[in-house]
Amino acid sequence: MAGQQLLMTFPVTATSHGLAEYRARGGYTVLEDALHTRTPQEITQAVTAAGLQGRGGALFPTGRKWAVVVPGDGQPHYLVANADEGEPGTFKDRWILENAPHLLLEGMLLSAYALEARHCFIYIRGEFDLPYRRVAAAVEEAYEAGWLGEHIGGTGFACDILVYRGAGAYVAGEASGLLSSLEGKKSYPRNRPPRLTVRGLYQRPTVVNNVESLSNVAGIVAHGAAAFRAVGTQKSPGTRLISVSGHINRPGVYEVELGFPWRKFLEEDCGGVLGGRPLKAVVPGGISSKVLTGAETETLRLSHEDLWSAGSTLGSGGMIVVAEGTCMVRLLQIMLRFYHHESCGQCTPCRDGTGWMHRIIDRIVAGDGRPEDIERLYYIAKYNDGTTICGLGDAAGFAASGMLDKFRDEFDYYIAHKRSRCEGRIE
Amino acid sequence: MNDLIAEFEALRARFPPGFESSFVLPCLRRMHERRGYVADADIDALVALLGVPRIQVEEALSFYTQFRRRPIGRWHLQICRNVSCSMRGADRLLEHLQRKLEVAPGETTPDGRCTLDTVECLGSCGTAPVMMVNERYVENLSLTTLDRLLDELK
Repeated sequence: MAGQQLLMTFPVTATSHGLAEYRARGGYTVLEDALHTRTPQEITQAVTAAGLQGRGGALFPTGRKWAVVVPGDGQPHYLVANADEGEPGTFKDRWILENAPHLLLEGMLLSAYALEARHCFIYIRGEFDLPYRRVAAAVEEAYEAGWLGEHIGGTGFACDILVYRGAGAYVAGEASGLLSSLEGKKSYPRNRPPRLTVRGLYQRPTVVNNVESLSNVAGIVAHGAAAFRAVGTQKSPGTRLISVSGHINRPGVYEVELGFPWRKFLEEDCGGVLGGRPLKAVVPGGISSKVLTGAETETLRLSHEDLWSAGSTLGSGGMIVVAEGTCMVRLLQIMLRFYHHESCGQCTPCRDGTGWMHRIIDRIVAGDGRPEDIERLYYIAKYNDGTTICGLGDAAGFAASGMLDKFRDEFDYYIAHKRSRCEGRIE
Repeated sequence: MNDLIAEFEALRARFPPGFESSFVLPCLRRMHERRGYVADADIDALVALLGVPRIQVEEALSFYTQFRRRPIGRWHLQICRNVSCSMRGADRLLEHLQRKLEVAPGETTPDGRCTLDTVECLGSCGTAPVMMVNERYVENLSLTTLDRLLDELK
């Protein structure tokens, strides 16, 4: 096990996701206790002091996001759980949605109490069928048991949670795009300022938090900020759910205490590289995070500061392991096709830039690459960065420049010889 | 869609007031489930029921990948070919499907049995390669399990 665990603390069985077993594990006692003995401000203070960073990928401090919402300002406030998990390589929120839906609900209720949000939403990607059914069933169970609705826990606190299904759009995972979608429109991201915590859903103050972030709230409130900070590192408190895929013997979702040695995790927990091949590279946190070489993983710990120091990020926790012998040119082709497909078309640099990069990588793979193509990819990546409303264009550029920075020789070889140095292998 | 109106009214009751615009996606999803696609008549009915601009409905239909405007085959096979699935053999599975069904992505078999599509990441990378068969995820696919699955889809 990769250090201490806070979320994956029970054996998963056919019934462990239900209310009865959640209650048997102590579920909803934190909420009940907090509603009677804590003020909303104390909840916010605990989350802020815990140093919880957003688990969706941006790693923004959750408490700082919450602090923008003004209590008692006479407006409705909304809380939205972002369950639109779609960053390639990422499937960790799905673990919570399927196996611990009540942990998410209790975290949302505590958060709603802190934020004075009467109505909350769980925005779940449209393709997720079992996760949707599990969450919807949990919401019904919670209503029946009195954990949702009016007079929760015999107090004056009232809260409703609605489950809202997406319809197929990566960009809906971006918080403002998500709110556009939740308003029944195309998931166009919105310019900020104003922040969503000032003007969000239907122009009301809205907090959008990742599923895993919200699922940490009950633990923080129960045991206190200091206990949370005792896990992980000073700059990265707590744990992360890491979803591991690609060329790895034991793919799956793992809870990792932040600061755990990366190589040890891959070798001991995940069983090492598939087929015993050497480790060529790892995409650490979804394909929007910059790829790192196998050698770089030897010295790094799985912490936010370690990954930042290496010029990448733990991002969404979607870790893709790449074995020696894999063609990085073809991997980048898949990534760039993805961003081109998912660009919403709202901002010119992203709409045109992702298409341009896709056409360039396609011609390189087809053997028609030109010597200036590498610099062209860098150029487009540079002018995508920071010039668009949301981060999708930036991310496409990071994927490209990350690959080029680390595996430039393979791209040069492909263009010069009109073929892959790795025989086009991706399996 | 008249038979769905009661259901849509129940949905309305659960939302806060003023959220009519939000009903567009859930209503479209239900109509889509019912018919297998969204017809012009569905759009007319939805606009009349919710009072939202018609363009909003049309935009949603053209923007989201899960909405269709035309009928497709009984079985919708959507195979993921993003990074993790490709690393676990999605290309070979896609080739196999194309050969066996004699259709290209985006096409339906002449008997109306299967429609083949490729999709981007389904969030199931740990059980790659993965394919959606209608609403269901089929995970850890191999050529053998794919053949067995195709035999089951009548």
